[in-house]
Amino acid sequence: MENVYVTIGLEVHCQLLTRAKMFCRCSTDYIGKTPNTLVCPVCMGLPGALPVLNRKALELAIKTALALQCEILPEVVFHRKNYFYPDLPKGYQISQYDFPIGVRGVLEFALQGVKKRVRIRRVHVEEDAGKLVHEGPDLRGAVSGVDFNRAGIPLVEIVTEPDLRSPEEAKECLVMLRSIVRYLGVSDGNMEEGSLRCDANVSVSLSPEIPGTKVEIKNMNSFRSVFRALSYEVERQTELLRAGKTPVQETRHWDEARQVTVPSRGKEEAEDYRYFPDPDLLPFRILPEMLQEIRATIPELPLQKKERFMREYELPEPEAYILAQDRDLAEFFEACVREFPSPRAVCNFILTEVLKNLNSLNISIRESKVTPSMLAELLKMVERKEIGISLAKGIFEEMFRTGMGARDVMLKKGISFLTSERDLEKVVREVIEKNPQSVADYLRGKEKALHFLIGQVMRVTKGQASPEVVKNLLLRELSGGE
Amino acid sequence: MSLEEFRNFTIRDYHALFARGELSPSVLLEVFFQRIEEVDPLLHAFLFVNRENALERARRLEREWKGKDSYPPLWGIPVAVKDNICTLGIPTTCGSRILEGFIPPYNATVIERLERAGAIVIGKTNMDEFAMGSSTENSAFGPTRNPFDLNRVPGGSSGGSAAAVAAFEAPVALGSDTGGSVRQPAAFCGIVGLRPTYGRVSRYGLVSFASSLDQIGPMTRTVEDAITLFEVISGKDERDSTCAPYPPFSREEIPPQEDIRTIKIGLPREYFSEGVDPRMVKVITAVLRELEKEGLELVEVSLPHTNYALEAYYIVAPSEASSNLARYDGVLYGMRKGGGQGLQDMYFQTRSFGFGPEVKRRILLGTYSLSSGYYDAYYLKGMKVRTLVRRDFEEAFATCHLLVTPVSPVFPFFLGERTKSPYEMYLADVFTIPSAMAGVPSIAVNCGYEDGLPVGMQIIAGPFREGVLFALARFVEQMLSLPLPFPEIGPERRS
Repeated sequence: MENVYVTIGLEVHCQLLTRAKMFCRCSTDYIGKTPNTLVCPVCMGLPGALPVLNRKALELAIKTALALQCEILPEVVFHRKNYFYPDLPKGYQISQYDFPIGVRGVLEFALQGVKKRVRIRRVHVEEDAGKLVHEGPDLRGAVSGVDFNRAGIPLVEIVTEPDLRSPEEAKECLVMLRSIVRYLGVSDGNMEEGSLRCDANVSVSLSPEIPGTKVEIKNMNSFRSVFRALSYEVERQTELLRAGKTPVQETRHWDEARQVTVPSRGKEEAEDYRYFPDPDLLPFRILPEMLQEIRATIPELPLQKKERFMREYELPEPEAYILAQDRDLAEFFEACVREFPSPRAVCNFILTEVLKNLNSLNISIRESKVTPSMLAELLKMVERKEIGISLAKGIFEEMFRTGMGARDVMLKKGISFLTSERDLEKVVREVIEKNPQSVADYLRGKEKALHFLIGQVMRVTKGQASPEVVKNLLLRELSGGE
Repeated sequence: MSLEEFRNFTIRDYHALFARGELSPSVLLEVFFQRIEEVDPLLHAFLFVNRENALERARRLEREWKGKDSYPPLWGIPVAVKDNICTLGIPTTCGSRILEGFIPPYNATVIERLERAGAIVIGKTNMDEFAMGSSTENSAFGPTRNPFDLNRVPGGSSGGSAAAVAAFEAPVALGSDTGGSVRQPAAFCGIVGLRPTYGRVSRYGLVSFASSLDQIGPMTRTVEDAITLFEVISGKDERDSTCAPYPPFSREEIPPQEDIRTIKIGLPREYFSEGVDPRMVKVITAVLRELEKEGLELVEVSLPHTNYALEAYYIVAPSEASSNLARYDGVLYGMRKGGGQGLQDMYFQTRSFGFGPEVKRRILLGTYSLSSGYYDAYYLKGMKVRTLVRRDFEEAFATCHLLVTPVSPVFPFFLGERTKSPYEMYLADVFTIPSAMAGVPSIAVNCGYEDGLPVGMQIIAGPFREGVLFALARFVEQMLSLPLPFPEIGPERRS
């Protein structure tokens, strides 16, 4: 089977975390709000209304461009992108054209430990459109409404060069991009809620010399659907090529329900957006001092953090990479290590137990009831051998569920924290010595005898020991010691 | 109280009567409403008369100000407002079917400022649809007629405001000027019309035609009133990014009368060429001679790119318009037609029925100029010419303080005379377009009559030099002492 050469480029839009919209003072907090309640003459595009730039939006976009190592152009010029659509109140979108905020940047990430590098073509800022809402029995008989709450929210658009070579790479690249915008605090990067959107250009060729046909994929609403849509598309184009056909240059939609890409209807004749500088907005000159100020607000980014974690805490690269991807998780880790300076143990516990529990509730570390101190406390108890690691895992689950500290969980569950394993061992040995008959019974295969022995230990410890720990200790002793 | 008595009044004179208790805002309003009732059926200067609201506001002002003896600058003064300026709760149509039924939920900045100064919006005035035209014949609601001759046009696009002030249906008005739409109708109707420096008056709430050119300006019977209105409406506005960050104009900026003889007037030779009606040149030349006698220095100057300004304007302005008018799609407000065959059908039908032929022509022109492949040859070239035109003025103002020219090369023409040829119509603005393209201020003042028709003189200044502009305009006004218009308007004058 011959080789397949895949070329992928991404076009990513992130809603910027400004309090007010890009050109008016309406709130951007639109999720779950009644349609058309966060609007004004400006974002509704009423006759006579004029845009006034929200500087914060510009600053956040510049911050993004700087973090992606872009060259920043000295002057920001806004252009009008003219097209008709009901969700576009002015009949044009205020965007940028030949003078974006940043050009020629770089994004680095890793895929299965291998370093990857994708060039960033441009970073620009533009306004979001409204949202069509369809109601009714089916699409034909439906009533369509427009909600302008979202219209005018600032977006940063990040366009990569077609440097990605597989759907896996594309997905990892997107994950890193989201990680960066979250680190910067410029966007919450939530694909499901639409605050991060991704379109992709895919082409496949059977020879490295011959470029493939560019197909644009839209409507991918999660990281998984990005991966699946691209995989599907690569396969579809490969099959066409192997059958001696050429893919059509077109825009295709990812159909999540059917897990296929389908050609988009309409709007296919090449659109002419008639870009021209918006005469309602003056060009904005970016002074070096402004750049300096913004640069100073850029925090340590994921890859730098990963390097530091490897250096400072001697974490292995894969673990450091995963921790550093999520700024909150990384900060949780560091806070925990400050109180319990055993980075490997903390890292392992976070990457297994903490992530498992977070995933099962589908929440982020920010929403977790367990604080870094609480986890440190638990791990200290493990280190002091007060509890075993498997018990610790159970206790953590309970802490996670209830928000109680480790000791409170043990109290509630009747697990003694007064009785350390070492003390317990003594009791266990005594019980074994005092009950030779039961020991003999057990060794002959009578399970019931073990329960009797456990009961004896529990009696001596007044029920404060963990039955499981006791059982384990007994088994260890009975099987011949350490 | 009869209107005739107010003929030569300025705002100050009304205030004097208010202060003496001899006149009240509501009585004054009634006098103007009566005049509107009498003459507007013939003139059609108004699209909407704000009767109830205006009277209510007048009574409220009277209550609030009882016992006070000083007034804000426009207290109790009725103002007619061009129908492309948004007025809260009052229909704003831009003279277009497509905005029929649109009632703005907000006031334009200029309306806020007028009202803060005590003014009363008396009504909305007729205009060429979306301010595209030079005769007010492009209004979807029928033309306005010239008070001096009902068979002739009042100019445009602010023809309604000009006719209303000239016929004394309102003492003062606001218009908007993109390529001459305040000055040319002011000249056609024998009144004063100011186009401020671009950026001196907020455009917030002015329905955009060509954003980089539109400016709101006062249209008044006297220079004095233009100054008063300009003081109120000018100054920076946080809601308009293109509004200059300067304080409002103050009459302190006007050089004192005794300095008037130090003013050097430039006469651009391109504006006195063969294309101008010789009767008009005669009247203006006579006035210039008198100014010379008064000791003002006249020099000939040249604005070499004048001939290209008109052509460039008809690329730049329609380009911006094609984008500015995209929002009238039947989705959110105004007229909606069709839709039975889906979205495209709604767009096509709404815009086909909603816009008149001149608006469609300019949308097509502009769309073409901005299209990929034509952008460089048209829009970009147009902008380059604009830079050259601006430089013409910079160079001229290096050798003189002000420029004096005719406002229009022609007298008010007959209705229908120029509607067949758009280009003929465009030529009526050939002397007002270059200064608009350059963004510099200019004013139209009446400087005489010929065969019963007014002749307008245009004075142009450097950016933000409205003070000097007013100084000369006021000087000319006083020197000529022409009676302020009070034309007799009746069906018998309709030949």
